[in-house]
Amino acid sequence: MNAATLYGLCSAVLVGLGLYGLIMHPEPLRKILAFNLIGGGVFLLFGVVARRGAAAGFGGDPVPQALVITGLVVAFASTALALALLVRLSSEPGRANLPSEGSGEEPMGGGPL
Amino acid sequence: MPGSATANGFLLVLAVILPFAGVLVSLALGGRNAERVALIVMPAGLAIALAIVVAVWRTGNALQYFVGNWKPPLGVAFRADGLSAVMILTSALLICGIGLFARAQFSTPLVFWTLLLAVWGALNGVFIGGDLFNLYVALELLTFAAVPLVSLDGRAETLAAALRYLLFALLGSILYLLGAALLYGAYGTLDIVLLSARIHAQPVAWAAISLMTVGLLAKAALYPFHLWLPPAHAGAPAPASALLSGLVVKAPFFLVVRLWFDVMPGMPERATAQILGVLGAAAIIFGSVVALRQARLKLLIAYSTVAQIGYLFLMFPLAVRPEGGYPWSTAAWTGGILQAISHAFAKAAMFMAAGLIAEALGHDRIAGLSGIGRALPITVLAFGLSGLSLMGLPPSGGFVAKAMLLTGAVAEGQWWWALVVLVGGLLAGGYVFLVLARALGDPIEPLRLSAQVSRRRQAVVMAVALCAILLGFAPLRPSDFLQIGRPDTGIVGLR
Repeated sequence: MNAATLYGLCSAVLVGLGLYGLIMHPEPLRKILAFNLIGGGVFLLFGVVARRGAAAGFGGDPVPQALVITGLVVAFASTALALALLVRLSSEPGRANLPSEGSGEEPMGGGPL
Repeated sequence: MPGSATANGFLLVLAVILPFAGVLVSLALGGRNAERVALIVMPAGLAIALAIVVAVWRTGNALQYFVGNWKPPLGVAFRADGLSAVMILTSALLICGIGLFARAQFSTPLVFWTLLLAVWGALNGVFIGGDLFNLYVALELLTFAAVPLVSLDGRAETLAAALRYLLFALLGSILYLLGAALLYGAYGTLDIVLLSARIHAQPVAWAAISLMTVGLLAKAALYPFHLWLPPAHAGAPAPASALLSGLVVKAPFFLVVRLWFDVMPGMPERATAQILGVLGAAAIIFGSVVALRQARLKLLIAYSTVAQIGYLFLMFPLAVRPEGGYPWSTAAWTGGILQAISHAFAKAAMFMAAGLIAEALGHDRIAGLSGIGRALPITVLAFGLSGLSLMGLPPSGGFVAKAMLLTGAVAEGQWWWALVVLVGGLLAGGYVFLVLARALGDPIEPLRLSAQVSRRRQAVVMAVALCAILLGFAPLRPSDFLQIGRPDTGIVGLR
């Protein structure tokens, strides 16, 4: 097993753990953290791809590294937006607990417009 | 190879830059000026969209532009084929309509108008992106602009709906990015044209395409990923609902079309495409039945969106590996695209009509709609006309789209999809009549309107609904314009 395979497996584990957390945990904060875990896995995968030099066959492919930098900015922005919404939601009066699975949906109507 | 840049390629850059420039100017000027900036940007953006359509029409070829004159695989390409041009024009028309409708409605105008322009720029970015990573960034920009639109009023319910929407969207985009990483690792490029020549049926390609498709389905709210849509679309203010339901959910659908028919034209098997068709059929039946049981007008319309999104995905089992010709020369492919366009107009008009009704009555309970037909005749007529398109009755864009899907189902010998289209139309008729019967009925006690609704806004809703009707005069055959820029020959693995 070479380093690229090892890191590739690590990234798969990270994505798997993150997916589990995102789907199974009811708390939004944990979901946001799990999303970041998946993001870490994906960025690691880009690193592996760069190491393998997929495009030109040379030692380190710079394109995936450029993609990771952009991806980090996007992931940071989405985390910030999600946290801002969460902070705002938890400071709303009359709402003691955060939304869990299914509570945000109003399948049969009801609730204000 | 990707070919060379075309003469009018700069139009594509303008289509993306102009709305974002508007956002920056609005932020700099602040306050009420945002509305003025948007009202200047809207006609200019519409002119650019028209220029793109004319240029594609005249040359009969896709427009192409390489950013910084760097060609793929190193550079990023912008491309607009017939399909992109039509989607760009649809969003320009609809955003102008929504903008005219929303004038002077918001107490915090800066937020709404900047988000409206940001959604526009991101949509254009999705429609012209020629590079899978660039498309990821455009899709994320779209999410960041769309999510706050849900919670403009800042109430706890809409904040929760926005957060739920964001979590679904983030899951979708990270799966898409994972797929893109796998594709780059396997083929060394993310440019769609280059990738379509290199990709072939092997496990890594299937894994990547599956991940990307599932991610996009979560963003497009296809059943069973629809959970976030009804509270988000029903809770947003009317112009924002129209924007979200009409245009924003169409962007991930557009990317699924790109993936399945442009990135891997010869790869998908009919059996694989049946999965998308089954999910679409489930969405149609489930969404329509739940819509029938809603007590509130906006939730009914939101569930109707869940159902109408289902129709979009019926095109996949019917257009993948057709009996004769290319996927994009089938009736079902054209029908699917027309459904996306006509639903955009019809649903936007419906949400705006519901917004006016809710404004006039002070509530949107369907049981309390009696007499509104007499108070707001133009609005209720617009609601009915857009309902016509959702049901698929002639003359309307929805009729042409659904008739083409039916034709495709019969031509491909897959009659079960025809059954789904027909049942979905009946159910849609049910929920539209449910509303209209109430609205046209006589009130028990004289109706008292809590607010006056201006004629100008009613006229805008009517104009948007008429666009959905006018699409009904599109010819009932595969459109030549939509096929511009699609390869005729030489596709690896396709026949």
